[in-house]
Amino acid sequence: MKIHIKNGRVIDPKNGIDSIQDIFIAKGKIVAIGSMPDEFQASRVIDAQSMIVCPGLVDLSVRLREPGLEYKATLESEMAASVAGGVTSIACPPDTDPPLDEPGLVEMLKHRAKSLNQAHVYPIGALTQGLKGERLTEMAELNDAGCVVFGQPDGLLPNLRVLMQAMRYASTFGFSVWLYPQELSLINDGVAHDGEVATRLGLPTIPVCAETIAISNIILLAQETGVQVHICRVSSAAGLAMIRLAKQQGLSITCDVTINHLHLSDMDIGFFDTNCHLIPPLRGFGDRDALRFGLLDGTIDAICSDHAPVDEDAKLLPFAQSDIGATGVELLLPLTLKWGIDMGLSLPKVLVKITADPAKILGIDAGHLSIGSAADICIFDPDAYWKVTAAGIHSQGKNTPFMGMELPGNVCYTLVNGHIVYQRPA
Amino acid sequence: MINRNPQLDAQGALQHLLTTEGLPAAILLQILDTAESFVGVTERDVKKVPLLRGKSIFNLFFEPSTRTRTTFEIAAKRLSADVINLNIAVSAQSKGETLLDTVNNLSAMNADMFVVRHSQSGAAHLIAKHVRPDIHVINAGDGSHAHPTQALLDMFTIRRYKQDFRKLRVAIIGDILHSRVARSQIHALTTLGVPEVRVIAPKTLLPKMVERLGVHVYHDMTKGLKDIDVLMMLRLQKERMQGANLPSQEEYFKYYGLTSEKLALARHDAIVMHPGPMNRGVEIDSAVADGKQSVILPQVTFGIAVRMAVMSILAGQSVAKGIE
Repeated sequence: MKIHIKNGRVIDPKNGIDSIQDIFIAKGKIVAIGSMPDEFQASRVIDAQSMIVCPGLVDLSVRLREPGLEYKATLESEMAASVAGGVTSIACPPDTDPPLDEPGLVEMLKHRAKSLNQAHVYPIGALTQGLKGERLTEMAELNDAGCVVFGQPDGLLPNLRVLMQAMRYASTFGFSVWLYPQELSLINDGVAHDGEVATRLGLPTIPVCAETIAISNIILLAQETGVQVHICRVSSAAGLAMIRLAKQQGLSITCDVTINHLHLSDMDIGFFDTNCHLIPPLRGFGDRDALRFGLLDGTIDAICSDHAPVDEDAKLLPFAQSDIGATGVELLLPLTLKWGIDMGLSLPKVLVKITADPAKILGIDAGHLSIGSAADICIFDPDAYWKVTAAGIHSQGKNTPFMGMELPGNVCYTLVNGHIVYQRPA
Repeated sequence: MINRNPQLDAQGALQHLLTTEGLPAAILLQILDTAESFVGVTERDVKKVPLLRGKSIFNLFFEPSTRTRTTFEIAAKRLSADVINLNIAVSAQSKGETLLDTVNNLSAMNADMFVVRHSQSGAAHLIAKHVRPDIHVINAGDGSHAHPTQALLDMFTIRRYKQDFRKLRVAIIGDILHSRVARSQIHALTTLGVPEVRVIAPKTLLPKMVERLGVHVYHDMTKGLKDIDVLMMLRLQKERMQGANLPSQEEYFKYYGLTSEKLALARHDAIVMHPGPMNRGVEIDSAVADGKQSVILPQVTFGIAVRMAVMSILAGQSVAKGIE
């Protein structure tokens, strides 16, 4: 199929493109930008008048809940949600049931995902067997099966010696290691930031030092082992400051922030809103502002949705007993745009945080609109505001702190490998 | 995203009693004044009024309690309501039924009011959010969050003995961190205009930024008790020794237990309160608990009148009409 996208404002931060141009697609690839190639016969013309045409988005944390947790969500529902959000490449954390610690599981997931023919799926391999933090996984085999990076999710930083060895082993093969900075013994049974809100609500708390101590360990182990480290989901100003300093001292590390932590604080818990039960916890206003500026100055490299669909019943419980997480892949673009609007930034500066920069962290060839590259494209109306509703969300998880809010940026078309995988209903 | 206070209806009247936080002084005083009229009832030979005749009140206790459940039961019976006690800790929950399923089932049995005690902070809010609009929820204690009727009976007791809230110095002493009672007391005291509320505890038993609730923080009883009119002691749970909060009961008693010597540091006419059940020799010495400055037993008596007041106000009954 040959597609001609015309009249759109093409923004490709990586290649420095920001102008109204046409894009021509054939055999799944971008064949020209600007003037039509000779003898190009479009079978489909998309009029992108007053729309933005940008690289398909790259989301560093999307839980598809397969295998094992299909009651929360399925591959079908979450892949549909991804492309409805303009996301064409997703990294999936290994916290499935069983965890992604065997090549067979990863191959099955890749195969299932490929047969759906929607977004590209990049499984994050488990760093340790069963994510138990005791024994190393077969990282090289997992890599052959399709794992691009390796991680230990949610506060499961193992025994530091095992972690150090896992990092060393990963660096042998040049794999990067993704770590979630949560010191488990300091989290204990905590569910909320250790501040005024938790004090008022009588909720068990997670102090900031649960994050900073873990970041300190991660930085020191990165220096010790020389492995490329990505720190997932920074939540505090103090943690961010440590990462900034490490970067200034020349350590090659990257980090991301979630759409939730970029816009919310513990105040949003209100009267025990379980949609705000997240890990890391939503922290104070000062932390949120530091994250917003840290993203601007480049200390934070990318924004992720930290998509975690949860079934309805699991949120209808007292706060501390409710399931952790929020749906988000469809809100990645709107909430990134909102950050840009709030900070007064140009669109290329904003979009790079969900296209080229996360693609680089993941080590994949995506997030740009180069001639000859796969035609993964997101076309959206930047001026359209839409209201977040349960019915309007494709994800099986309807749990988000942003429910009912009006957000900017409406995805009109999503293309993966030159196929239109999503088109907004008229 | 800031919601309306979930305890009040659109007209600003009390719909549920979930916490003392955010309740206007007028409503707190309405409860105290109504309770005054019920104290007479509880002292009569015939201790019943027909205010809640035909109403069904379910005591939902997901966590064991003797005193609170009993006083709620007595209060409801004196208002002529039908009372159903459910000790859910050992029934539905152990069969895997969720909190809201239990509540929905009981709602279907035509409940008018739920009195809820639960080990999780926010349980009463959750129930209030999901019950039919004609059902009222009273929080009888949720996790470390709130215990509003305890705080209200404490306010009632203080007013009985000290009259004017605006002239008092009050100290709350003990495990503030885990105490729903302390949180509810702080909000009630500050709303009613007490100019100085102190909390006295070791740092391991104080929540972060507690001063934002409008209290002054002390770690030393000698300093903290100076010029105090009302001492509100808190129960110390024995399991606090395990969570690295305290080294031993003995050391706690030595530094934070209320003895006659420490009580002498407060004003000579200070009153001593405790929500019960007491750990004698841990947070309070028997000589003080049974001494002449103690108002611990009157607290229990007033607790019935205060709970009658809360139930009757929620049921929307005109008090003046009910009691001749």
